[in-house]
Amino acid sequence: MIPAPFDHITPRTLDEAIRALASHGEEAKLLAGGHSLLPMMKLRLARPKLLVDLSRIAELSGIEAERDRIFIGALTTHYRIESSELLKEKCPLLPQTARVIGDVQVRNRGTVGGSLAHADPAADMPAAMLAVGAELLARGPEGERWLKAEDFFLGLMTTALGPSEILTKIRVPVLSGHHGTAYLKVPQKASGFAIVGVAVWLRVERQLCTEIGVGVTGLDAKPFRARRVEERMKGTNLAQSLVQAASSQVTQGVSPLDDIHASAEFRAHLARVYTARAIQEAAKRAGV
Amino acid sequence: MPQKRVSLRINGRDYTHEVEPRLLLVHYLRDMIGLTGTHIGCETSICGACTVMLNGEAIKSCTVLTVQADGGEVLTIEGLGRAEELHPLQEGFWECHGLQCGYCTPGMILAAYQLLLRHPDPTEEEIRRGLDGNLCRCTGYQHIVDAVQYAARKMRESK
Repeated sequence: MIPAPFDHITPRTLDEAIRALASHGEEAKLLAGGHSLLPMMKLRLARPKLLVDLSRIAELSGIEAERDRIFIGALTTHYRIESSELLKEKCPLLPQTARVIGDVQVRNRGTVGGSLAHADPAADMPAAMLAVGAELLARGPEGERWLKAEDFFLGLMTTALGPSEILTKIRVPVLSGHHGTAYLKVPQKASGFAIVGVAVWLRVERQLCTEIGVGVTGLDAKPFRARRVEERMKGTNLAQSLVQAASSQVTQGVSPLDDIHASAEFRAHLARVYTARAIQEAAKRAGV
Repeated sequence: MPQKRVSLRINGRDYTHEVEPRLLLVHYLRDMIGLTGTHIGCETSICGACTVMLNGEAIKSCTVLTVQADGGEVLTIEGLGRAEELHPLQEGFWECHGLQCGYCTPGMILAAYQLLLRHPDPTEEEIRRGLDGNLCRCTGYQHIVDAVQYAARKMRESK
């Protein structure tokens, strides 16, 4: 399968890339690792006339800690996140999530920014970013702005990025105190994409859950933060019956996807079960 | 559409060509360079038959454009060993019966090569996880795992 013809440019700076986007409008697409875009182009689900290849812009890659925040360049590959000692120590939910994306070859090429900006409803990384309360830096012709992960995902493959904006950086908090994290998913057998995936980080003080973030992917047309579940868990001792009662709230106000891989009813069931398991696993890792 | 000039080092040799931006790396390797050891399977980045090393990392060459690989270094199965001096992985697949039809083998070996670069002494679980992106419809995988263990042992001993 060969994509329809297109032109390809490799800007050396972000400004050059933004100018190319602004002048070509909807005919241009950004190319990062290409592991979402190229398969779509082969199937003619996308037919851009111009690919703006970001791979030669050095400032877009890398992982750096600064006080209580970690900055991740949008072009950082899933493998770099999976194997980052810094992230394993300071924000382990990200490596835990990256390591179950696709397979080795896909993780070597696929990028965190590409995954977030593509906003596939079954992608893994959005769940983790929502759970830790990540912030995303968008740069466009008018300058830069930070977006909360919760405000970033608008719908099926739709984000808050403007037509000439580029997601350049992700900022996540250093998870401090007594905490535990987990990402659990039901993968679709052939592709590894999440039928349902749940990411959790929680903080425990004196055996009580004082803070919790729950990100859910695969269930609805867009990944979301399960605020109802979080509110039910906060302040509890994470007892199994409480976890199960809270997790049953994950489908409230949600329209579960329904496709050949799982019916809406089955997806909702999986979401409730996997939310409970992910919270319990995170609690176990926090020593509860 | 305009052609783009690309320069790649493939198995230690330098090549420069004018290519269409949409030319996939696997087609470049097979049709323009003549290295047909890299196979085309699913063409959808699932099966792993087209796996090669690009700049030291295993990739699925059906999902990488040749222009993305410009300036890079590629290793294919032809560059791994020679008929008279097989790479330990090739020897392992031979000795342990790691193939039947052989279609998945070049990709399987390159994925295993990536695994051994990162984990010279892998557990069985690490081997299975490292080969997660490669499908074999003949062997049931057990002999492939044996072959990788054989190669890992041999490579450690020769160090």
